[in-house]
Amino acid sequence: MKKYLTGKMGVPMKTKEISRAPVSQQAHVIQKPEHPEYIGGSITVEINEKKVSVPLGTTILEACRQNQVYVPTLCHHDDLCVAGVCRICVVDVEGMRTLQAACAFPITAPIKIRTSTPMVRKARKHIIDLLLSEHYGECYSCFRNNNCELQALAKEYGVDHYNFGHVEKQRYEIDSSSYSVVRDMDKCILCKRCVRTCIDLQEVGVLEAIDRGYKTHIGTFGDKPLAEVICINCGQCINRCPTGALRANDPRDEIWEAIDNPQKHVVVQTAPSPRAAIGEEFGIEPGHSFTGEMNTALRRIGFDRVFDTNFTADLTIMEEGTELLIRLYKALVKKDTSVVIPQFTSCSPGWVKYLEHFYPEFIPNLSSAKSPQQMFGALIKTYYAKKHNIDPSNIVSVAVMPCSAKKFECNRPEMTSSGFKDVDYGLTTRELAQMIKEAGIYLPEMPKSHFDDPFGDASGAGLIFGATGGVMEAALRTVIELVTGEKVENVFDNMNIMPVRGFEGIKYAELPITKVGPIPKLLVHVVPNWDWLKGATLKIAVAHGTANAKRVMDSIKAGGKFSLCHFIEFMACPGGCIGGGGQPIPTSAEIRRKRAQAIYAEDAALDVRKSHENTHVLKLYEEFLTYGPCGHTAHKLLHTHYTKRGKFIS
Amino acid sequence: METKTKKRTGPVIFSGYERGTAIEKALNINREDILLEIRESKLRGRGGAGFPTSTKWMLTAAALSDEKFIICNADEGEPGTFKDRVLLIEYPELVFDGMVIAAHTIGAQKGIIYLRGEYEYLLKPLQEYLEGMRKDNFLGKDILGKKGFYFDITVFLGSGAYVCGEETALIESLEGQRGEARNRPPYPVNTGYMGKPTIVNNVETLASIPHIIIKGSEWYKKLGTGKSSGSKLFSVSGDCDKPGVYELPWGTKISELLELVSAKNTKAVQVGGASGFCYNKTQFDKALAYEDAATGGSIMIFNESRDMLRVLNNFMEFFVDESCGQCTPCRIGNVKLLEGVKMIQKGDYTFAYINKLKELGKSMQVASKCGLGQSSPNAFLSILENFNEEIFNRENGGTNEN
Repeated sequence: MKKYLTGKMGVPMKTKEISRAPVSQQAHVIQKPEHPEYIGGSITVEINEKKVSVPLGTTILEACRQNQVYVPTLCHHDDLCVAGVCRICVVDVEGMRTLQAACAFPITAPIKIRTSTPMVRKARKHIIDLLLSEHYGECYSCFRNNNCELQALAKEYGVDHYNFGHVEKQRYEIDSSSYSVVRDMDKCILCKRCVRTCIDLQEVGVLEAIDRGYKTHIGTFGDKPLAEVICINCGQCINRCPTGALRANDPRDEIWEAIDNPQKHVVVQTAPSPRAAIGEEFGIEPGHSFTGEMNTALRRIGFDRVFDTNFTADLTIMEEGTELLIRLYKALVKKDTSVVIPQFTSCSPGWVKYLEHFYPEFIPNLSSAKSPQQMFGALIKTYYAKKHNIDPSNIVSVAVMPCSAKKFECNRPEMTSSGFKDVDYGLTTRELAQMIKEAGIYLPEMPKSHFDDPFGDASGAGLIFGATGGVMEAALRTVIELVTGEKVENVFDNMNIMPVRGFEGIKYAELPITKVGPIPKLLVHVVPNWDWLKGATLKIAVAHGTANAKRVMDSIKAGGKFSLCHFIEFMACPGGCIGGGGQPIPTSAEIRRKRAQAIYAEDAALDVRKSHENTHVLKLYEEFLTYGPCGHTAHKLLHTHYTKRGKFIS
Repeated sequence: METKTKKRTGPVIFSGYERGTAIEKALNINREDILLEIRESKLRGRGGAGFPTSTKWMLTAAALSDEKFIICNADEGEPGTFKDRVLLIEYPELVFDGMVIAAHTIGAQKGIIYLRGEYEYLLKPLQEYLEGMRKDNFLGKDILGKKGFYFDITVFLGSGAYVCGEETALIESLEGQRGEARNRPPYPVNTGYMGKPTIVNNVETLASIPHIIIKGSEWYKKLGTGKSSGSKLFSVSGDCDKPGVYELPWGTKISELLELVSAKNTKAVQVGGASGFCYNKTQFDKALAYEDAATGGSIMIFNESRDMLRVLNNFMEFFVDESCGQCTPCRIGNVKLLEGVKMIQKGDYTFAYINKLKELGKSMQVASKCGLGQSSPNAFLSILENFNEEIFNRENGGTNEN
């Protein structure tokens, strides 16, 4: 079989057999070298009369970038398969009658490339003119103003008027049916990045081009509203849209209204990933965390309390970890056949909906523990309200998330265990940055401050939830200690559980349990002892991006390697939450890597790095969740159930 | 399917052929010699683009793969072309024998005929004809006793998109995807149907093969011009007394063809269908050949009563509708060109803007992803150029009814 070029770091690797994208879009095929100048896997080409050597099969675009020759792109995205449809990257290849798309042309012969001939410049200008002629709306009334690839190109090519007219009337209705993703096809330039994201990167397949010619538009099955199709709300399409055609469903107006209403007690919880990325919205290089600064900014905006979602991430570990131990005990010791393993994590709402649609028969495998966002929501309107004597009906609970699916999650009908809507609004990193700007605040210059009590600052385990493998690492830090009585740092250097870190699409690890300790007080109600775990090997896996999740699920279905796992972490987004659909645009493997680094660095600097050592969590179990993890109160407030949705749309 | 009595005459394709004879001969020649024979014949693709057939075959033959495909492009969608239909109805033995010979030459096991959606009525007769071939061992296992030579042909009905005549869009369509052209390279000879080496040949190209095998490249080359060897089927339509399919040697002058079909008062000839060029009277001495007035076979004749702007309007509406919509120059460019035509029709235009559109057309020719967008401005540019006076000196700016 021909070898296909594999994806970059952080992008699911795939081969022809398992991708749903058309063959032509998957990657370039390296042709058999036939030319005598082919030596040692590289080939010499001329770019603008300069001889350079590149590996065989490199695209013209890559070759140009490697040699500091700039070629504009629009439909191309480093995370995605090739399209070659916008034609903005056309270059002249000597001897060829037509111009060639640099992004789609694999170099297999010693060609001569010119990137800026009169014909090339004219064609590019024409393409920009044509796109602008069909692009409805004005830049200043667009949320992507100053962060739009079409706008940037127009500036680059000095467009100062519409050469071929400009569309005056709206042609499409805005689809805001979904809680998560809003589609405005009037701003679509048909680059098909969203289609490739949905079909090829995520393998969900909600979006595709419909009709042909000038009627071509991106649509769903039967052009149904997004809320009625199998969209999992991951928002990866938003992150890759070059224009303002895709955005998250924005609750800023409602939140401002609540802030400005003196009757309302507005609290905000912030997830780990936004703090590691929000600086990018203020022109800071990726890879810097602004936790303390963001807390101050949130207070200055007018939020009454600022809480750390990591607190409930720690709580999730306690609940989900306990649930896992219960499952294993029931299945392995009690031989209870109604209990299924592996247990799947349930904190990624994109993943949860994906499973509900594509593998509904595996719903029993999903941990019943709510996500940290929803646990927090339930606690704020019960525990916190009672403790501070606030009428929960006056509390407006906002969650700052790196995620578009969180907006859907907080609107799930089952998420009302406090007696109210547990979380009122999911706010993305991008939207929060916008609010901060609206308030006249320059985030990077804010003084630092801590999170509010009674939840306080959380552990590093909660923090690393943001990166792929983070939930697994957090769970292991706790489970290893609670079961073996051994300190994690004695097993893994600096508590860093490296086998589950990194951007490999699917990670797998085995942890032999050679000794067991006494049952901790917190878990005496769960199991009598750990003896049954002695000598066992804990098998775990981590998958990020639904394309990789699909591989794992198919393996489980077929009784393969992953069906023997005990616990599997799934994240809908490539890279985990740091690459979520609510994070700053643009995204790339490099940006995601830097965000993850920022999170791991912050974790390493913390004193408390294990969920079960979070004193606020322990206090909560003493004061409020008195039946312990997975106990009665916890079950009522912190656990949920799921819906079999299936793939078929009526 | 019963073969109709052949009334047509022509130098090659219409010259008479007995089913299976070329296959029999080809099976006794080694593959390299067949490839050389075809290369010597200088046969070029008859779909319109004129790519040397032997190059396609040689590259496919040289590609290493356990599976290879022969696809017969019968998506005849170019406006004004209907020769492939005639071949499929009256001369299926040429087309299918050509496919079997191609399969033998490159080592393919499967052939597919991609039949234009509108030719649905041919589906059953063709399937019956193929059944007959299977019975007579022209298809199937050990064809004509040649051990290990397995080849079979299926018919696939298209869904009516013009772009699917473009070979890579055709392959996408066959695979069940949207009919959209692929990026090239890689080419189908290397990465075609299902990612395997694939030959996509026009019906007429394949129909020429048996004659070349039987009579040899020397004989074939004697016909035509240096760069365009052999003969060509022309689908002649429009203002003439004797429209129909004609087989003529390459190099025939437009004026000779007009005489043959009894065209009178001819003002314009559109050579190559909607994607071709439109010539005026002063250009009728052009030769029909790849190097001069190239065509996949479509010849449309317009007499003095026709309004060339209306002709152009019709072509542009066709492209606006038939663009697959994936690449920018073709999807939006054609709309802009059509808008320009409408402006001229209304008399509401400036020469500066029309010149801008001409420049746009030239960009479309080089920057579009596939042949559709690369050739769609041809009619616009050639009609505005060759009928300049008529178009820009319109009295009332309106259209007449012809």
